[in-house]
Amino acid sequence: MNTPMNVATRPLGSRRDTQRLLAPEHRGHQGPVDDLPALSLDALKALAEESGLTGRGGAGFPTAIKLRAVAEARRAPVVVGNAMEGEPLSDKDAVLLNRAPQLVVDGLLVVSHALRAKRTILAVGPGIGTEAVQAAADRRRERTLVEIARLQGGFVAGQESALVNQLEGRRAVPRDPLVRVTTRGVDGRPTLVLNAETLAQLALAARHGSAWYRSSGTHDDPGTSLFTVSGAVSRPGVVEAARGTRLGDVLAPAGPLDPVAVLVGGYHGAWVPAAALDTRLTHADLRRYGATVGAGVLHVLGSGRCPLRAAAEIAGYLADESAGQCGPCINGLPRMADSLRRLADRRPDPRLPAEIDHLRRLVIGRGACAHPDGTARMVASTMHVFANHVAAHLAGWCPTDERGPR
Amino acid sequence: MSRIHIDWTRCDGHGACAELLPELLTSDEWGFPVSRTGERDPQVPRQLTEHARHAERSCPLMALRRV
Repeated sequence: MNTPMNVATRPLGSRRDTQRLLAPEHRGHQGPVDDLPALSLDALKALAEESGLTGRGGAGFPTAIKLRAVAEARRAPVVVGNAMEGEPLSDKDAVLLNRAPQLVVDGLLVVSHALRAKRTILAVGPGIGTEAVQAAADRRRERTLVEIARLQGGFVAGQESALVNQLEGRRAVPRDPLVRVTTRGVDGRPTLVLNAETLAQLALAARHGSAWYRSSGTHDDPGTSLFTVSGAVSRPGVVEAARGTRLGDVLAPAGPLDPVAVLVGGYHGAWVPAAALDTRLTHADLRRYGATVGAGVLHVLGSGRCPLRAAAEIAGYLADESAGQCGPCINGLPRMADSLRRLADRRPDPRLPAEIDHLRRLVIGRGACAHPDGTARMVASTMHVFANHVAAHLAGWCPTDERGPR
Repeated sequence: MSRIHIDWTRCDGHGACAELLPELLTSDEWGFPVSRTGERDPQVPRQLTEHARHAERSCPLMALRRV
């Protein structure tokens, strides 16, 4: 798979007061063994509600709502841990599975027990080691069997319904969202898909309670998150930080090198300009940039790189990663990427911004999954945050070049 | 009041729906339906119920449903 940017897997640690998932006591095979609480369904629902836990896979959906949807169904559900990590800029699930595997397994077991699940599956994407998590699952074998499924990757392969499809032996493409996987998923059963980090957070919340969980982060954005820092930094890797920490402080351990902007939330995310590095990483604070914490991807754009070129490469990658099912995505994304590339190439065509805007609006909401919407979000943010670059490119020059190579 | 839902994984842009329901749908340059109201699943006003039914039956891929 050809991706525009790469990340090196390495935990950069975290400040002592925010060490939870990456705390030394959860390391590898020394993870906690005996103190796994067996919560009732009501207790788990209350915990998810009171802790305010939200999904760490990208969409940030409240875990309590998903849990309730599956609990209301009549049939015994299937519980799936999602460690597909299809986002090329994200490495936190790989780090988590290697560094704190017992937390991921225990989160699965707590949920499966409360829901009396029929099957408990951990879906792992390519390139992610399963040795540690298999050992962690083996240690709990007498409580619940966790099936570890090694699956094929791709940007959309981790999308819930695409994941369910692949687990059932079908192609890893999203389903029409009219019937959600919480209603009909794996084996036709209601299926609860939770990201690996969400499960690890839940395992800690189950042990220590919702008040403890809320003692980090902000009122509206409680807890910590894992962040994968990449791009123009001297030490790319994974950092744990409390929600609400300033963007610049989360980047600091990675050593940013003359940043111009940060792509927050990954390829489907949005840019926060370097002038706003004091922005707090909460949904409320990021909203003005059209960004969300998402899966915690922070990609630093250095001053030596043309932002329009970077965005065009990402858009081209996303167009290639379309599942190829939905017409607007198949037709619209390559055209949008091509228009952005022509802008990056400094074609003096004054119609380009309007064309990009038209294509962006055209694809939104017209697909089985959020891939077109996410691509449109990144492109809209590029045109807005780098408006000066757009104007310069249309006039035939690039501000990055004028500064000279780094 | 019902809504019309397009299953994009099935739709191939035959265009029958946009012809039968021009009040709610138009076509993009590739022939795929576009909601005129901007709603993801546009609402069907009562007076268009029959037309919506017709559009649902006329889609060769059964990609359009009233929900």
